[in-house]
Amino acid sequence: METILLFAPLVGALLCGFGWRIFGEAAACWIATGLLFLSAILSWITFLTFDGTTESIQILRWIESGTLSTDWAIRLDRLTCIMLIVITTVSSLVHLYSFGYMAHDPQWKEGESYKPRFFAYLSFFTFTMLMLVTADNLVQMFFGWEGVGVASYLLIGFYYRKPTANAAAIKAFVVNRVGDFGFLLGIFSLYFLVDSIRLDDIFAAAPTLAETQLTFLWSEWNAANLIAFLLFIGAMGKSAQLFLHTWLPDAMEGPTPVSALIHAATMVTAGVFLVCRMSPLMEFAPEAMMFVTFIGATTAFFAATVGLVQTDIKRVIAYSTCSQLGYMFVAAGVGMYSAAMFHLLTHAFFKAMLFLGAGSVIHAMHHEQDMTNYGGLRKKIPYTFMAMMIGTLAITGVGIPVWILTLGEIPIGFAGFQSKDAIVESAYAAGTGYSFWMLVIAALFTSFYSWRLMFLTFYGEPRGDKHTHDHAHESPMTMLVPLGVLSLGAIFAGMVWYGSFFGHVDKVAKFYGIPYAEAGEDHSAIVTPRDKAAGKKDGEHHYVFAGEPGQGALYMAPDNTVLDDAHKVPYWVKTSPFAAMLLGFLTAYWFYIKNPSLPGRLAENQRPLYLFLKNKWYFDELYHYIFIVPAMWIGKQLWKKGDGKVIDGSINGVSMGLVPFITRLAGRAQSGYIFTYAFAMVIGIAVLITWMTLSGGAN
Amino acid sequence: MISADLNIILPEILLAVFAMLGLLGAVYSSKDGLASPLLWATSAVFLAVAAWIGFTGEGVNIAFNGMFVDDAFSRFAKVAILVSAAAVLLMSEAYMSSRGILRFEYPVLVVLAVVGMMMMVSAGDLMALYMGLELQSLALYVVASLRRDSVKSTEAGLKYFVLGALSSGLLLYGASLVYGYAGTTLFSGIVQVAEEGVSLGLLFGLVFLMAGLAFKVSAVPFHMWTPDVYEGSPTPITAFFATAPKVAAMALFARVMHDAFGGAVADWQQIMALLSVLSMFLGAFAAIGQTNIKRLMAFSSIAHMGYALMGLAAGTVLGVQAMLVYMAIYVTMNVGTFAFILMMEKDGQPITDIGSLNMYAKREPTRALAMLVLLFSLAGVPPMLGFFGKLYVLRAAYEADLIWLAVAGVIASVIGAYYYLRIVFFMYFGEEPEEGLNGGKSVILSAMLLGSAAVMVFGIVNMFGVEGAAAMAAQTLVN
Repeated sequence: METILLFAPLVGALLCGFGWRIFGEAAACWIATGLLFLSAILSWITFLTFDGTTESIQILRWIESGTLSTDWAIRLDRLTCIMLIVITTVSSLVHLYSFGYMAHDPQWKEGESYKPRFFAYLSFFTFTMLMLVTADNLVQMFFGWEGVGVASYLLIGFYYRKPTANAAAIKAFVVNRVGDFGFLLGIFSLYFLVDSIRLDDIFAAAPTLAETQLTFLWSEWNAANLIAFLLFIGAMGKSAQLFLHTWLPDAMEGPTPVSALIHAATMVTAGVFLVCRMSPLMEFAPEAMMFVTFIGATTAFFAATVGLVQTDIKRVIAYSTCSQLGYMFVAAGVGMYSAAMFHLLTHAFFKAMLFLGAGSVIHAMHHEQDMTNYGGLRKKIPYTFMAMMIGTLAITGVGIPVWILTLGEIPIGFAGFQSKDAIVESAYAAGTGYSFWMLVIAALFTSFYSWRLMFLTFYGEPRGDKHTHDHAHESPMTMLVPLGVLSLGAIFAGMVWYGSFFGHVDKVAKFYGIPYAEAGEDHSAIVTPRDKAAGKKDGEHHYVFAGEPGQGALYMAPDNTVLDDAHKVPYWVKTSPFAAMLLGFLTAYWFYIKNPSLPGRLAENQRPLYLFLKNKWYFDELYHYIFIVPAMWIGKQLWKKGDGKVIDGSINGVSMGLVPFITRLAGRAQSGYIFTYAFAMVIGIAVLITWMTLSGGAN
Repeated sequence: MISADLNIILPEILLAVFAMLGLLGAVYSSKDGLASPLLWATSAVFLAVAAWIGFTGEGVNIAFNGMFVDDAFSRFAKVAILVSAAAVLLMSEAYMSSRGILRFEYPVLVVLAVVGMMMMVSAGDLMALYMGLELQSLALYVVASLRRDSVKSTEAGLKYFVLGALSSGLLLYGASLVYGYAGTTLFSGIVQVAEEGVSLGLLFGLVFLMAGLAFKVSAVPFHMWTPDVYEGSPTPITAFFATAPKVAAMALFARVMHDAFGGAVADWQQIMALLSVLSMFLGAFAAIGQTNIKRLMAFSSIAHMGYALMGLAAGTVLGVQAMLVYMAIYVTMNVGTFAFILMMEKDGQPITDIGSLNMYAKREPTRALAMLVLLFSLAGVPPMLGFFGKLYVLRAAYEADLIWLAVAGVIASVIGAYYYLRIVFFMYFGEEPEEGLNGGKSVILSAMLLGSAAVMVFGIVNMFGVEGAAAMAAQTLVN
């Protein structure tokens, strides 16, 4: 079953991409979509029937070279299962959605065939993403890692007639390569130290790595820290974290379904997945984890600030994605991998929905993406509006604060509410004040820009081209059904899986198949209502994680009590994201409903700040002068001087000067006269004799 | 005793008797009218003798007190000589009869030359060596000028003869010096003397001997006759020159070096390496300027001999094995290439100008493709067999610490690739000529061309067992 669900998208991609001339366009697209739905159904079955024990399903022997011996195998554990449902669900819905969205694309002329190519790319992406998450060893994971890179490149540059799309595709690829290089170095050093690339071997060796020193770049490093750091560099590239984030906003050049699938729900979360997957190693690398937390928190804050002032609807959501990924890394960085995965799951639902909703708006508005040209659309496209509203409620984290009302021990609210609060509480519990405050401020900004998006798009007076507004229309069913399905996820995903991801230690441990043990003493200082309820239910027991590295899907060291501590943070901490959300909402309401002229005036008054944010902290410009200009200069030197003058010059010199000269000489020697020939022989023998006499043979 | 000796050289005797009978029979019957059947018969006999030697011969048999050696090495060479001679004879028939130069002496002379070659590769004594060499050479001098009414053909024969005589003189002078300093003409005796230390006289003898042999393999600087003789001789004769005698001379070279001077590898290695590197480079450079495909093939064969000599220069078992494999591949390639050249004709006239091949692929796609394969193989482009031949000798040189020689070989092969690929360029991308080649519909020639090209492609699987046979042959020679 796992094999089928893994390869169905590949089969779909091949059939659709190469066979559409045989089946016809529509049939080819339906084949790809049908196979993905099959894959999605199988994924759900796998997820729901999974019992928490890690399995390895060998597909074929892969590499045999010296001590490097690797299978091509599926590693099936809880982590994989979560990723499976996220990927296949969103992907199948995006496939379906694309029937509507890609129906009449103005980028293509009448009669041009582009849909099968699009569907084939989507399916191919899904396959490589599945390869990534099911990998049993790092090289296999790297295969998937690069595969999604390629698919992403192809899809960002799908509108290949647009120069900006091509530039964005190349940028995404190149920036990702920087991260990939770090990932590769990490794999190399792991193989160097562990002599294996299998995850099981690496996990088992993690404790020893923590005590190993490794020389890298002329200095000694702690092996675990260094490797964790290098792997995180890879994750930073894929997940668009600060310094390697510049590609993600530009990637919005791709069609919107692509943004929903790749640049919101799946590929960009690969970095988070990697960090969680390598949790047995990460737990032994505290310094690297601090770095992860720091980068995550900073990214969350940075991206949220930039999102405040963007006017392109997709770019706002893109920065929002960047920011939410920062949240996940904070969770992973403080050792709460399950919370990171929780947010990954809920975020996949509501962010995919926001993108698809944005796509629906764009579709309705004839591919207009600037929010300043929207306004008052809530009547024109009511279903889209509802979906976007649910998405916004989810991302801003709307819910009922836990001290007012809970459902048993589960907080009531939209999906983002539980997962985001879980992360914020973990950040506080882990004692990282910087990340806690960054995340709270980011939550405020998130709320502001999300509501700003809603108000600008759906409320107020229609702005921009009147004709476009008159012809705004609701999207077809193929686009609305995915929105409906995803909205279910955006509403309920958090409440359904709260216990499994962020409940008590024993629940989380059971969910991930991690061994756990009873805690020696009850060290609760602050008892919350939720704890009381839980305490009764669990029969006054407290548990701690007790697995060895490699047991279960995640590894949390026995002294990692963040989960427990996070449940016991003060009320003000628990309420802070809610307060931030409320504040953001009210500000946005004031700015864009009550007093719409205020944002413009503020931008005028605070011009430098506005421009700083508008230009994304000038990262692109900075990179342009630091990297691109010197690289272009070096390239030009090597091309014009190195290649053109030295290499071409010398080859031309040899082949057009020296060789013909010798050839002419040889031709002239061949005079045709017998005495010349005899003379040559005599000279030859004379030279040989002289040489042998002088050198005396071997003696 | 004598009957046992005769038993060992029975194949040679048989061929000699066949030659004489053929001569007598033709002279006393319809003369040239008998040429064609005689040619077919000769080919058949060659193949039969090759099969006989190849399948039944075993062990080391020494006849006439060591003057004649029949071992795996000589058998390998003999089979190669006989098969290639038979192939060339078959290819000549149509070409020669259509131009009225198919004389009955031709097959007879070829048989005599082949007997000489078989003597050469089996020689265990300087005198036997000389006897074989002269028998072969004298026959070849005549064959070269077979077309008596052509100035070029007679000129070729004469040049070959005069220069051949000079080289024979050098060789004989070397042989006499060796005899003088070693006190024996037997290789087995010489090798004992040489092992105790090569005196200056013996060294001089060795150098002269090598000069004489280098002439036969047309190694630089004793190569000057090759282009003129190749160009002047009728094309089938050229094909013959390029194949069997080269194998024989190379094998003889190896035999003398290892049987007679096996203990003094360091002494002759430098000369061999020098001959090798000069041949490779001169062959590569000089061929670039050629427009006549036969002259081009002459320089090509000079270059190829350089590579074969590289194997010999290694002075090891692997080196000899590499040389034998290289020669086997070389002969196969040349048979195919000359089959192609024999088919180059316009209105019944043979054409040898490379320019006439412009856009040949358009008219004859199959043949052009086969030729392309052969040219790629000659140039040493993987995955053709020619590449593996080169790889073999380069490895031999490398393992014998002649790294500079191997590097030089690679550079020379890059230069040499140019003129082979130029022909490919003409065939596929050239300009449309006013009048292209026509005719040349011989089945035998086409079969030879396609077969040889197929060997170049499919031979990479196991080289049809040649590799193992060559390894065994080299093992018996070098010990």
